[in-house]
Amino acid sequence: MSVLAAAADTAGQLGTGEAVVFWVLGPVALAGALGTVLSRNAVHSALWLVTTMLVLGVFYVVQGAPFLGAVQIIVYTGAVMILFLFVLMLVGRDTSDSVVETLRGQRVAAIVLGIGFAGLVGAGVARATQDVVPQGLGERAAGGNVEGIAALLFTRHLLAFEVTSALLITAAVGAMVLAHVEREPGSRPSQKELSRARFLTGDHPQTLPGPGVYARANSIAAPGRLPDGSPSPASASTGVEPQVVDELPRTGSTGAEREGLAHAGGTDAALGTLGGRTTGPTPGSGNGAPK
Amino acid sequence: MSTLASPDQPTLADFGQDVWWIVLIKIVGIFGVLVAMTLFAIVFERKVVARMQQRTGPNRVGPRGYLQSLADGLKLAFKEDIMPALADRPVYFLAPVIATIPAFLAFSVIPLGPTVSIFGERTPLQLTDAPIGVLIVLACSAMGVYGIVLAGWASGSTYPLLGGLRSAAQMVSYEIAMGLSIVAVFLYAGSMSTSEIVAAQANGTSLFGGTGNGPGWFAVLLPVSFVIYVIAVVGETNRAPFDLPEAESELVGGFHTEYSSLKFALFFLAEYVNMVTVSALAATLFLGGWRAPWPISWWDGANTGWWPLLWFFGKVVAALFVFIWLRGTLPRLRYDQFMRFGWKVLVPTALVWILVVATMRTVSREAGLDGGVVAVVVGVPIALLVIAGLLVASRRRNRDTRLGARAAAAGALRPPATEVLPPRGRPTAQGGFPVPPLDLVVPPSPRLRTREPVGAGAPAPVREEDVDV
Repeated sequence: MSVLAAAADTAGQLGTGEAVVFWVLGPVALAGALGTVLSRNAVHSALWLVTTMLVLGVFYVVQGAPFLGAVQIIVYTGAVMILFLFVLMLVGRDTSDSVVETLRGQRVAAIVLGIGFAGLVGAGVARATQDVVPQGLGERAAGGNVEGIAALLFTRHLLAFEVTSALLITAAVGAMVLAHVEREPGSRPSQKELSRARFLTGDHPQTLPGPGVYARANSIAAPGRLPDGSPSPASASTGVEPQVVDELPRTGSTGAEREGLAHAGGTDAALGTLGGRTTGPTPGSGNGAPK
Repeated sequence: MSTLASPDQPTLADFGQDVWWIVLIKIVGIFGVLVAMTLFAIVFERKVVARMQQRTGPNRVGPRGYLQSLADGLKLAFKEDIMPALADRPVYFLAPVIATIPAFLAFSVIPLGPTVSIFGERTPLQLTDAPIGVLIVLACSAMGVYGIVLAGWASGSTYPLLGGLRSAAQMVSYEIAMGLSIVAVFLYAGSMSTSEIVAAQANGTSLFGGTGNGPGWFAVLLPVSFVIYVIAVVGETNRAPFDLPEAESELVGGFHTEYSSLKFALFFLAEYVNMVTVSALAATLFLGGWRAPWPISWWDGANTGWWPLLWFFGKVVAALFVFIWLRGTLPRLRYDQFMRFGWKVLVPTALVWILVVATMRTVSREAGLDGGVVAVVVGVPIALLVIAGLLVASRRRNRDTRLGARAAAAGALRPPATEVLPPRGRPTAQGGFPVPPLDLVVPPSPRLRTREPVGAGAPAPVREEDVDV
């Protein structure tokens, strides 16, 4: 604020704060501009451009136009450049500019012309502004930056303002018209219809069970197991021969039961295995447990 | 609107006059407050969500587990810092920094209290303010998007890229709704500076020639704006149910999948600081800022000295609780539903609302009417009409379902004869719709469990015999 006040008060000369800000951030803005041109990677270029725009926003604030500065940051840096980045990111991150010259001497010509153009514009601007005495906003910003801009925008520049908004709306609508794909309503089943169909046509409304994970096998060919130990056919992948999982020798409770120590109890008894279903040599009531 | 309630209310001219060490104290203070609020918010969130899910939550570190976030922070700092092979190094390094700095910066324009005395210097409890104070917060949140987008891009892997793209679209869209919701506040307060918006909420609108003092909070005067703001900031801060950029079930971790150690901690910090900032902004714009809420405001000293800090942080914590409540309650939206809601519901509603508010302001000013009278005579009937219209529309839209349900309840509807075999086991689908198992019981809360002997003497637990897959 002190910088702001100084900038608004000192008609005719640069305030100290303003000068410091300018000489610190000016090179940053310039570096951003050079980086935009010189970066090989498109996203890096965009980031350098963001730096320059950010610095411009700060410059507006320092020169007594805080509203303009905030709008510069919100609209240009925050929205426009983000959309720009969005597109660049979709292009792919390894897409760098090609360094192969398709036209002979193209790069040299571009450099010469670019430097020449920059020199012309720079010299023109420098000559036009060399005798200009800097003036503070003074009386013209008496009501504040927001009111000043609003008054100008909605009185003197109303036509330009409305025409610009019409142009932007046309562009947005045009983009939508070009990108929109008309689809017959009902040509694709909705999520609700798909859900109903899943529930009505089978006993698997959810995703199918995955393959089993065992001590000696964890490939997708190894079937998962149902709670009674039998392999689950639903877990088999299509096009893959189901693998027979080799079993470790049975130990623990089942072994104890085999030794005639059933009275000592065991994990199967404790777990309340479904009676009768696991008797017999069905694989895996002890180890190779279901997932 | 120059309603200065007391000499303690700072005005725009009070800012920029501080001595340098006061500024330094304020900067360090805000930084400390934000970090402390982050640590608090993490534990608070885990505790509240745990309570909502009948769990205990963190209970190991510190008294009742309240130092858990400190331990988590230390753990994060000592984890291995990974640089993915495909990462774009400078951008990968910069992204968390870009996400964090604007988050802290935005808090500089939040008014925490009135003018107080710090070591003999009279100064407002606010780092700075500008005629465009609120826009600074918006600009900072706009810059914060870059952190997330660049993190997603620079990681050089698919899930983060998708998360980054999602967040770019999401945050830009919801920023529009958020900005539009605030416009009505600007119209009423006549200013964009945060301290003046707080001042504008000091005195209530005069009802019927100033005989009574109506509510002053913009949450009451501009309810539509408030609701839109609350919804939009949930989207803006990537919080559940709008946490699509980091949807665990779809994108692993979204934009921060490849980040670890302190870089990840910075993202975490930025998310919670953003939450605190938008909560503080909600308190400032809609809930009267640091001014005491209604029953306390009868006490004359409530709005002087350091007391307002208490009211302010009370409001912020209440807003944070709403964030956590939403997360504990609502499932995540599908992405297209989310975008449709933002663009086709929130933005048009906000635009129409601004039109209504501006019209009412102009009409009342031209006709020399009282703001309160216009609100009661015009606003309330229109609001009732709109609500009635919405009710009728929703009843009409659900007409088939309602009639079908009534008929089914009366026993008129038989399930259609299906060609497929009926599903085995417990009925899970009735008429094609999933139904939950109806024979479940809520397990007893762990907090209510009495201490029972565990071991050989304990009775064997009853097991469900028919285990479903």
